[in-house]
Amino acid sequence: MTWLRSLWQSTIGKKVVMAVTGLILFGFVIGHLLGNMQVLLPDGARRINHYSRFLHENAGLLWGARATLLIALILHLITSLQLTLRNRKARPEPYRVKRWREASYASRTMMLSGPIIFFYIVYHLAHLTTGQAHPDFNPDDVYRNLVIGFGVWWASGAYIVAQILIAMHISHGAWSMFQSVGLNHPLYTPPLKMLARVLAIGIAAGYISIPVAVMTGLVT
Amino acid sequence: MNFTLRIWRQKGPASPGDLVTYPMKDVSPDMSLLEMLDGLNERLIAEGQEPIAFESDCREGICGVCGLTINGIPHGRRRSTTTCQLHMRMFEDGEEITIEPFRAGCFPVVKDLVVDRRAFDRIIASGGFISASTGSAPEANSLPVSKKMSDRAMDAAQCIGCGACVASCPNGSAMLFVGAKISHLGLLPQGQPERYDRARKMVAQMDREGFGACTNTGECEAVCPKDISLEFIARMFRDYLRSVFVERPESGAGGGP
Ligand code: HEM
Ligand code: FES
Repeated sequence: MTWLRSLWQSTIGKKVVMAVTGLILFGFVIGHLLGNMQVLLPDGARRINHYSRFLHENAGLLWGARATLLIALILHLITSLQLTLRNRKARPEPYRVKRWREASYASRTMMLSGPIIFFYIVYHLAHLTTGQAHPDFNPDDVYRNLVIGFGVWWASGAYIVAQILIAMHISHGAWSMFQSVGLNHPLYTPPLKMLARVLAIGIAAGYISIPVAVMTGLVT
Repeated sequence: MNFTLRIWRQKGPASPGDLVTYPMKDVSPDMSLLEMLDGLNERLIAEGQEPIAFESDCREGICGVCGLTINGIPHGRRRSTTTCQLHMRMFEDGEEITIEPFRAGCFPVVKDLVVDRRAFDRIIASGGFISASTGSAPEANSLPVSKKMSDRAMDAAQCIGCGACVASCPNGSAMLFVGAKISHLGLLPQGQPERYDRARKMVAQMDREGFGACTNTGECEAVCPKDISLEFIARMFRDYLRSVFVERPESGAGGGP
């Protein structure tokens, strides 16, 4: 197992862990969006509740996915904290004047968007999964939970802000994870960077449309 | 041309530094920035002041010794250009120009604008070479190298080790430098026997020195005077991963089956 230890102790190994766990989280973000978008389809109430029942009836699938996501999130967090501490030490003294030529705002603020996303995840779980942060939670009626939950303007606001931060995180992360496992090609990397940005905006727009639909009365 | 220079002055590694303002008058647009600093130093010496310490050697963009952060960008605003090749015509008349050293935890300031970049030398010493018998050189055509591979190796070999990648990086990461050095040997047949050992040893030394980890911001590639591509960082990742996953670790016993 020495190879595993030396991999884990190296900066490159930790970047690979970030990338693989980031990919798992990214996959979830897309799958979760596709599931949730059913709310906006005709007969959304029945569809989303049916989907929720389907997940709960397949406990193995549900808990397998939850365990994978939890482990991925924890590893993503640990490696990001370890690498960030290392990086701060490697760049102790700031420039008096600093200009960025290439580094995007999103790429420089991964350690800002990331932790905020983490707190959002905690809130989101307490809001729509377990219900402690919900005014009137019913575990068997996801649709009603959504409508009542997003009827609170500041709750919707928090979701919208969080989605913008997730979009920033993904706009960099979705191509960065390829680079971090050693995949870069002059033909494919530029369109990949573009795709990451387009996907990030699309994902955020999709998620934001749900609280907006509730607030504007499209979903009641 | 006239300029207001704000230059980092620092007596020694342990003393605090600060920006000091120097007005410069009648600068020729054909002067390089370093020639302007030479002029300023002559003036300082004549006035009995301590001249500004900065490094340069070839002054033709090939040795990698000169390196200043000019208005917040290592090597200044002109792309694909070392500090010594930056001319004053690239600036606006009357501009305020801030000059700082290449800053990074692994590049401690020695004095004023001079930093200690020996961490790079130690990384090279850990594996940035090939082992070859001395004696007469082998017949040049005995080792075929495709044009494509030699071009890519030369793209990596362009790295002059100036350290601008580290200085520009928000994480003080040396991965562009190390990636270029691992790749330029790893792309050629002469570099194959030690290829994966080299990747493992150089990455280990890079980590030991305390350089940061890449977050793929791309800033290094954009300031590199030799346009080294992030592709070489990815290549280093592949070689390193292969060395960890595939190569049989040394037993320490020496020889053996
Ligand atoms: C929904 C949750 C999240 C998703 C989908 C996600 C996704 C990603 C992806 C795909 C990467 C790229 C991997 C790489 O470059 O190697 C990444 C990097 C990163 N993430 Fe996350 N992440 C999430 C949550 C977090 C959290 C909670 C944190 C904070 C603790 C965080 C901090 C970081 C950092 C620091 C990086 C590395 C930055 C870089 O490579 O430029 N992420 N994330
Ligand atoms: S002095 Fe040699 S590269 Fe600038």
